[in-house]
Amino acid sequence: MKQMLNIALPKGRLGEKVYAMFEKAGFPCPSIKETNRKLIFENEEVGVRYFWVKPSDVAIYVERGAADVGVAGKDILLEYEPDVYELLDLGVGVCRMAVAAREGFRDDGARTLKVATKFSRIAKAHYASLGRDIDVIHLNGSIELAPILGLSDVIVDIVETGTTLKENHLEVVETVLPISARLIANKSGFKFKSERIEQIVRGLSMQTEEQA
Amino acid sequence: MKDLQLTCLREDEKATLRLRALFARYGYRPYRMSKFEEYDLYVRNKSFLLSDHVITFTDTDGKLMALKPDVTLSIVKNSKASEGGLEKVFYNENVYRVSRGGESFREIMQVGAECIGEIDEYGLCEVLLLAAKSLETLSHSFVLDLSHMGILAAVLDGLGLTDASRAELLACIGDKNLHTAREICRREGVSPEGEAALELLITSYGEPSRVLPLLRKGLPKESCGALLDQLERILDALSPAIPEGRLHVDFSVIHDCRYYNGLVFKGFIEGIPTGILSGGQYDALMQRMGKRAGGVGFAVYLDLLEELAKPRTDYDVDAVLLYGEEDPPAKVASAVERLSADGKSVRAQRGLQEDQRYRELWRLQGEEVTLLEADA
Repeated sequence: MKQMLNIALPKGRLGEKVYAMFEKAGFPCPSIKETNRKLIFENEEVGVRYFWVKPSDVAIYVERGAADVGVAGKDILLEYEPDVYELLDLGVGVCRMAVAAREGFRDDGARTLKVATKFSRIAKAHYASLGRDIDVIHLNGSIELAPILGLSDVIVDIVETGTTLKENHLEVVETVLPISARLIANKSGFKFKSERIEQIVRGLSMQTEEQA
Repeated sequence: MKDLQLTCLREDEKATLRLRALFARYGYRPYRMSKFEEYDLYVRNKSFLLSDHVITFTDTDGKLMALKPDVTLSIVKNSKASEGGLEKVFYNENVYRVSRGGESFREIMQVGAECIGEIDEYGLCEVLLLAAKSLETLSHSFVLDLSHMGILAAVLDGLGLTDASRAELLACIGDKNLHTAREICRREGVSPEGEAALELLITSYGEPSRVLPLLRKGLPKESCGALLDQLERILDALSPAIPEGRLHVDFSVIHDCRYYNGLVFKGFIEGIPTGILSGGQYDALMQRMGKRAGGVGFAVYLDLLEELAKPRTDYDVDAVLLYGEEDPPAKVASAVERLSADGKSVRAQRGLQEDQRYRELWRLQGEEVTLLEADA
């Protein structure tokens, strides 16, 4: 029997897209497409075991060794700084981390800037690089509400199309960094399953090069 | 009885005994130290620590003290070795720190070996050999990754970068992050030769026989040649003593260059998600602490052994011996001795307790013990 490779995929559309890439790379698992409530899907013949996890938890599963490899957004990697290898930019789930504020907002720099965000570490690092004094307000969701209700001056959040911002009379002030999905690997697992993980990297990078 | 004593030990305790014996065999002497150290030592060398959280308290004389978060700093501080001298010590100490990703302090058993003084190439080889043997003591499925801060520094120096970009690239090497390294090279206008050398450090890892020729071919001779010669001599010396496939060259092992300068290494065991052993040459730390000598050593984090999946014990005790109120203590003690003579663990008690799990249930009746129940 082949040595099992555990792969953590992010639940949702991005995860489905990424699974299709793994399948094309030679690591199929047909049972994952069945509609049921199973959490783990195995293909013993190929030696892979997939599981869906909350996107923000993928890095934890990989860092702690429950998964050998996984796919996580660059935002999560920068925010939580897990001790993992970042092997490939998959070029999917592309968006950006941006600063947004109410339309027409101007930061005159005269007082501490109030920043609402889910990504405190990224926000702090961004403003530290600018030497700007900020007050971070950590929120867990509906970040766009904060500047509308006066809770914060700006928000630091992920922007895909910008539709939500527009509908709430907010606009992007500046882009902090581009975001996309990354293939990550557990550092210890990589030592003992390097050949198979390299196969995955090769199979996926052929696709990302084609896309580029 | 001896077997019983060994089975009663936890995995980390058994490992400590085996590692102490290993270090002693190579002439390392045990080093015992106080649990506390002046906090000032850690403030001055904060980046040397795995975590910058330290438990502090004020001593009776008003000095701010710390519960040790690390052992190497104390050994270096107290070392008397200077040029010409050589100290070889080992320790097993509890340290107190927040583990990576954790949110609270933990007591962690750390075992390690340090060689301080005038260290020659044999000294380096010996410490590396001890590191490999330490891993082998814990599991046959291990990998010792070897890297060289001097080679990393030589390649990065050649790129002519700002400190910030250099730190970014170093992080990329540590994460095997080739795509971001390429972006930084493009952004900073790094030459194609410089970018190729950097890519080589990220993509070349594994068995020395495969990796070394690639490094020889792709890294600049003038800055890396002598360092590669040293790496090759050390790998050649180690190869016969380490099982095939267990010693790797991997530049993703990176330690803080303010403290570590030459060989650095990390040990992994299959089933444990992070490195269980970490070490390297810390001549730069010695200099920072005003010592005119070199230093090389490593630590093994034995708390991680808990991560190895082991079957849970099915029983609390091998045998329960029931006795009555009227049974004299001498008779109970004698019955316990008889039952435990073949290495069984025996617990004597008056009545059965809820949820107690045992293999055998015995009752003391007069002079005799009678078996009431036994699991197949």
